[in-house]
Amino acid sequence: MVKEFSTIPFGPQHPVLPEPVHLDLILDDETVVGAVPNIGFIHRGLEKLVETKDFKEYVYVAERVCGICSFGHGMGYCECLENIMNIEVPRRGNYLRTIWMEMSRVHSHLLWLGLLADALGFESLFMESWKLREQILDMFDATTGGRVIFSVNCVGGVLKDMDQSMLNNILNTVNDMEKEIRPVTETFLNDYTVGTRLHGLGVLTADEAKVMGAVGPMLRASGVSYDARKTGYAAYGELDLEPVIDTDGDSFARCRVRINELFQSFDLIRQAIGKIPEGDISVPVKGNPEGEHFMRIEQPRGEAIYYVKANGTKYIDRFRLRTPTTSNIPPMVELIKGCQLADVALLILTIDPCISCTER
Amino acid sequence: MAKLAKSPWLLHYDGSSCNGCDIEVLACTTPKYDVERFGIINTGDPFQADILMVTGGVNHQSENVIKQIYSQMPDPKVVVAVGICACTGGVFKECYNIKGGVDTVIPVDVYVPGCAARPESIIDGVVKALEILEKKREAYAARKKAGA
Repeated sequence: MVKEFSTIPFGPQHPVLPEPVHLDLILDDETVVGAVPNIGFIHRGLEKLVETKDFKEYVYVAERVCGICSFGHGMGYCECLENIMNIEVPRRGNYLRTIWMEMSRVHSHLLWLGLLADALGFESLFMESWKLREQILDMFDATTGGRVIFSVNCVGGVLKDMDQSMLNNILNTVNDMEKEIRPVTETFLNDYTVGTRLHGLGVLTADEAKVMGAVGPMLRASGVSYDARKTGYAAYGELDLEPVIDTDGDSFARCRVRINELFQSFDLIRQAIGKIPEGDISVPVKGNPEGEHFMRIEQPRGEAIYYVKANGTKYIDRFRLRTPTTSNIPPMVELIKGCQLADVALLILTIDPCISCTER
Repeated sequence: MAKLAKSPWLLHYDGSSCNGCDIEVLACTTPKYDVERFGIINTGDPFQADILMVTGGVNHQSENVIKQIYSQMPDPKVVVAVGICACTGGVFKECYNIKGGVDTVIPVDVYVPGCAARPESIIDGVVKALEILEKKREAYAARKKAGA
């Protein structure tokens, strides 16, 4: 008898996905034997827009590549231009960038924990995670004026300063959150229901992760100690930082890495607020950029790569952005093969997909 | 809006947004803003939805998806365009792959501006949509009665 496979579409509109991505799942009974991803539902063509926008103006477009990692994208673009134009950002500006970047990581990881709980059907845990996340958004609102899109980066530094009372305010929020977050993270790590869904699901070994080019928490959960923050951009070179790693490589390990990174981010915010120097927050920028630069930044979802090529006019030749989800899709497709149909949504979520970033 | 006659269910679809408005739509259903206290539930099923919330502009690939979702929703239905990109195309208007706002593909009832739209204004938009939904429901019932 010839074996018959059935193909079912998954997405683009799906209850568990906040963003559209389409997969054709090839099934043998309940087991997935193949998956064909199809992206392009939110492709806008932002890289092309760099040719028609002033290079200073484009910072705001770069932020809108993605609403979750918005701060990092703005920062990556600015750092590239600062390197091309040999601009030294004042130390206070760099520290402020670091604080905002780590706040972005906290908000992004809490958002992911909530979505994971929602995919498990654990509604109250979803609500608790997002309730905690609102505290960070309130701090963003107070310091930048925006909840998800901030527009505080500019070429040469940052646009807004924080006074000492605001820094203390952030410090208090972080200290409070660190206590309040414990019951939520304990539930993720110790709850029987969460454990049965995540333990042993989608194991990615260290070698596979390296070969397929996984990045971020996905790579670190497989036991590879790599974190682009160690390259020392912004103020990371002056802070104590060890990559959070885990050795199991399954979905539970990816969850645990993100939870530990939450606490790491709290620690980094505390360190940065303790060390922040007085002084200017930005330097004036004169002239137009000429040259090219390539740099990497550790976004909440992993390493993102920025490339800018400028030609001496106020319009830039080329801006290229390789986002973490782009690198994580090939390992995700491999993980889906062999799993049960019911676990597909969960496996897609464990890479923390950000489709807006991927498709730009 | 004096009272709610029904518990309206909403369906969210990301046209081609940057994610900013999407997470704000989700934030509306969580404890701080909590639209679920009005009986509004974020459903994933177009066949059970009354309100369609679209974030982001429309591109050439999402155009057909939006049309399909809209046609699958039962009458009466309302469409809320959330965020400036969904209203007009916004910052992405000049991009080569963007057709424009959601109203280039399906009729839109309420426009919620902002980049990203704040949860307060999204809730305001939903409340406006509920009034329109009520009017549409009455008109629909009258049409049914007349045998059209």
